[in-house]
Amino acid sequence: MKYLFYPGCSLHSTSGAYLDSLRAIEEKLAVEFEEVGDWNCCGANEYLSLHRIPSYALVARNLALAEQQVNGTRTLVAACSACYLNLAKTEKYMRTDRALDARINDALAAGGMHYTPGSVQVRHILDLIYNDLGVCKLKKLVSRPLEGLKVAAYYGCMVIRPDPDKRLRDPENPTALEELIQATGAEAIDFPLRTHCCSGHMPQIDAQVSFELIRNLVAAAVKCGADLLVTTCPLCQLNIDAYQDQVNKEYGMDYQMPILFFTQLLGLAFGLDARDLGIGKEIVSAAPALAKIGVKAEPVTPELRKRPPKAEGLPMPAMPKAFGDDL
Amino acid sequence: MPKVLQRPRRPTRTPEAPPHIIEYFRNISPGLPQVEFCIQCGSCGGSCPTAELMDHTPRQLFALIRAGELDEVLNSNTPWYCASCYFCMVRCPQEIHITDLMYGLKSMAAQSGHAHRNPAMDLSRIFAGFIERYGRAYELGIASRHYLRHPPYNVFGTARMGANLLAKRRLNIKPEKIKGVSQLRKILKRAKELETPL
Amino acid sequence: MTTTNAKNGDHRIGVYVCHCGSNIAGVVNVFEVAKWAQENLADQGVVVSKEYKFMCSSLGQKLIEEDIQKEKLDRVVVAACSPHLHEKTFRGAASRAGLNPYLCEMASVREQVSWVTEDHELATEKAKAMVSGAVARVREHEELNRIRVPINASTLIVGGGIAGIQAALEIANSGFHVYLVEREPSIGGHMAQFDKTFPTLDCAACILTPRMSEVGMHPNIELLTWSEVEHVDGYLGNYTVTVRKKARYVDTSLCTGCGVCWQKCPKKVIDDKFEVGLGYRKAIYTPFEQAVPRFPVLDKENCIYFEKGTCKACEKFCAVGAIKLDDQDEVIKLSVGNVILATGYDMFDARRIPRYGYGRLPNVFTSLEFERMCNAAGPTNGAVVLRDGKTAPKSVAIVHCVGSRDKKYNTYCSAICCMQSLKFAHLVKERTGAEVYNFYIDMRTAAKDYDEFYQKVLEEGANLIRGRVAEVNDATLFGGEEGKLLIQVEDTLIGKQRQIPVDMVILAIALEPRHDSAYVARQFGISTNSSGWFTEKHPKLDPVATMTDGIFIAGCTSGPKDIPASVAQGSAAAARVVSYIEQKELALEPVRGSIVAEKCSGCRICNGLCPFNAISFDEEKYVSEINQALCQGCGTCVAACPAGAIAGTVFSNQQVLAQIEGLMRVPFHETQPAMA
Repeated sequence: MKYLFYPGCSLHSTSGAYLDSLRAIEEKLAVEFEEVGDWNCCGANEYLSLHRIPSYALVARNLALAEQQVNGTRTLVAACSACYLNLAKTEKYMRTDRALDARINDALAAGGMHYTPGSVQVRHILDLIYNDLGVCKLKKLVSRPLEGLKVAAYYGCMVIRPDPDKRLRDPENPTALEELIQATGAEAIDFPLRTHCCSGHMPQIDAQVSFELIRNLVAAAVKCGADLLVTTCPLCQLNIDAYQDQVNKEYGMDYQMPILFFTQLLGLAFGLDARDLGIGKEIVSAAPALAKIGVKAEPVTPELRKRPPKAEGLPMPAMPKAFGDDL
Repeated sequence: MPKVLQRPRRPTRTPEAPPHIIEYFRNISPGLPQVEFCIQCGSCGGSCPTAELMDHTPRQLFALIRAGELDEVLNSNTPWYCASCYFCMVRCPQEIHITDLMYGLKSMAAQSGHAHRNPAMDLSRIFAGFIERYGRAYELGIASRHYLRHPPYNVFGTARMGANLLAKRRLNIKPEKIKGVSQLRKILKRAKELETPL
Repeated sequence: MTTTNAKNGDHRIGVYVCHCGSNIAGVVNVFEVAKWAQENLADQGVVVSKEYKFMCSSLGQKLIEEDIQKEKLDRVVVAACSPHLHEKTFRGAASRAGLNPYLCEMASVREQVSWVTEDHELATEKAKAMVSGAVARVREHEELNRIRVPINASTLIVGGGIAGIQAALEIANSGFHVYLVEREPSIGGHMAQFDKTFPTLDCAACILTPRMSEVGMHPNIELLTWSEVEHVDGYLGNYTVTVRKKARYVDTSLCTGCGVCWQKCPKKVIDDKFEVGLGYRKAIYTPFEQAVPRFPVLDKENCIYFEKGTCKACEKFCAVGAIKLDDQDEVIKLSVGNVILATGYDMFDARRIPRYGYGRLPNVFTSLEFERMCNAAGPTNGAVVLRDGKTAPKSVAIVHCVGSRDKKYNTYCSAICCMQSLKFAHLVKERTGAEVYNFYIDMRTAAKDYDEFYQKVLEEGANLIRGRVAEVNDATLFGGEEGKLLIQVEDTLIGKQRQIPVDMVILAIALEPRHDSAYVARQFGISTNSSGWFTEKHPKLDPVATMTDGIFIAGCTSGPKDIPASVAQGSAAAARVVSYIEQKELALEPVRGSIVAEKCSGCRICNGLCPFNAISFDEEKYVSEINQALCQGCGTCVAACPAGAIAGTVFSNQQVLAQIEGLMRVPFHETQPAMA
């Protein structure tokens, strides 16, 4: 299956590991990511803070390029959460608001371009793997089960909220990443802050509030007993990884919570070499945690880590089985 | 001599927000529920990760807009502290597009000359500058230019972090430039002409 | 069937154009319309054409009555408001003057013209057209008489909650027979689950159970519990209701209610109905100690005997041999004159809002669970404890508006939760002395003694924080918070975000319509609103009737309300029913369909289409026939008949075609409006 691919600026710099791991697992997933030619920056959260029509036009140039490049597929995949949301939001707003569409295309025309809303379907890589490939197929591709590894899924914000095309079922209680983690054989930790904000670009604006948010996330992950975090967003990875040192200094702590991209975890489960997946590029090293998977641990049934059992007391209400059905 | 009391400030006599301002806000977000639907429940302020540093919580801002207190609104640091986490938007019982409104307020403040010496706005301006110059973001350039103007909270920590990132080859020394830069600039120029006036 | 009336000039028609104050006259030139009718519709038989300020007033009506007698009018057209409002009024006037009421026709020039048209000239032309249409139509009208039907003195009440119980007692005490059908094994409804009721803090069971036992012993009330309505046939005064009495597996003629069977039963099951999943019951059980009737039911799905064929402990120990393991459902037919639906409400499923943690975090409870906990006969014997069953909480958060006032779930306000939450605040303080926080958007304490109750709770020191809770999680960080839940909320009155650690969270969940309310509405032929609550006839002036005469609604079935309001509605519905019964006979509108036998080919297409099952087929004559009493005049068969063999009185083809012709006489659509 071929997909158009929009890497975004981060994948070419701070989150090179994300790109490495994506390219590494391409073959295993039997997909081909064709990069959109001469794509420009999506504007992140910065351009939209200054201009409205120009920021949509900035994004629309990419959509127009993708439309021209439609080559057996009209799905445009983005890996970075912010890029994904900008592309998806612009696409949706152009589709639903005629006036806005006219203005944006007017601007595009100045550069000799045009985008017809609806030509391209924007999706995030997590959505693609979870919905198109599916957990069952993924399980079959696993050649090195990561049993014994306790992984906490960290979604961040923009993949699951506002989810303009309603792809990932539940913005408050998503389970896609956990199911993927379980499919790799690792244990998916129930991490209460998994949809909480990493503070985005706030470290450059007001570091103190940012450090507190990062500290909360890391502390909760440690409390839940996670060995490492996996995420879908370059900025989340950067904040939790690169700033952990400064957070430790600020609060007098000594956290060493590594955070990887989920594609890196998948790649490991597929039996690929850690170096090829960009593992080692993270500042808080994942090596100690991954050393565990070299060891054959006692088989742990891939189930959600249970809360302490309540032998007595009042019964709990019936809940659907956590993290999806049995495979 | 007893200290002369200052003349008490008269209660504000501003009328409700003038219609064109409400219209402007209506155009920001292409969805139906707008500022006038806010029931002041506080779900937004309750969910916001950066609320403690905002001058006003989001719903306070909406109340101020409706009261016509635009000066206070545009001088507020609230939208600049928005981390775009969208928590407010998915939890609002009236389904108001809060995050989109925050972006709108930011661009309004920037274009109307409020919010000077605001690190968030300066960051956005620098970022935008690089995009318009190269077509792509250039982290090293953005960070160094920004930190010169607004020194980081922890200078040594930041420097060390930068060195680490460079060593791990996670920062490009040189910026990446796209081929279609002049095309992009033409598009952006035209788009700025089409921007909704205040 | 309609006899085409005579040629022009044979009729003497009176046209009356109402001003309706300025409602009509402010837009339509009523003088011009009246004059126009006099001049241009004379060929249609108009001999009198007047206008008057308020036709519906007694003077207005008298005007019509006098004209009918003086001018010997044989048809009347009143151009005024909607027939829904005053058709009865003007028909009454006609009949007092000796004219058959069905020879009076209304043209709605208010709702259909003056209230919806801006341009005055256009409106006037349209009014003329409508008058012309009405005149042409009324010529085709014929004398009709209302059909009189006897009213069966028995009444069916569906739902044995407080509203149903009240209605049943009122009717039974008036001397008439009542069938009270209840789907659960006992009557009592939700009120039986509560501990104390606001604002008096009366014990719910103490005020309810005397009524329940009165119902159980009343000679005029036939109690059919563990039963459901399957099918409804008939019309006002003559309903035939099919009721399925589900198998109890207990012989009620022998059972003494001693309770040995459920004591000896070995199978324990989580009771998710009465105990809301917080407590247990046996496979054979009564829902609570004070159940009326006292006979238990056997839960077949959870019974060891039905699963494996063994046990039969209940049968062994029953002293009177009342256990009937071969029991079957029994289907009976009831003949009643009126029906009162008092089916109550269901609770919102709090699992739909994951950020409040219900179902994931052990110490988050719903309001109904907390009621059961507080209840002295409940799973904890009235002790307020955490999910472990023993620890008393030191701090409790009560979250208002869970699932209410939210565009994503239910947009309405559930009316009782603010008071309920204040009540909980009081109970928690009383029983544990814990720190209590109420988180609300608005405090709704509108009825008698409610605000006084609010003052009392304030006095007791509850912390009332105005802010809708954003999130409940267990990501505690600091020492002393272990095991607690964090409430994240914006305290809007101080404009700051707060994170408050508490031991226990109670969610005040919304009231929702019964989940099968749409189905039940269809069964009885009434409608629901978009949320699923039954629709009353008029939201202000007729809250217990429905658009289907003979079916009444009472209690929360039409929307969330507190106990006093439900009881009031129960009495109101009962009063309506008794007034019908006392009249012994009621008149039905003669809007009916009838089949012209000569034209009927016997295709029987109409038979299956009739929503009221009013059409039968005569095998001998090989034609279909319409039962005039069952027919409600909906017109479905009229439209469907390929031979055009069915005519509707009051809506015959001739009448409608004549009206169209009349309308077309005035080319109002060619009038250019003043504004573009």
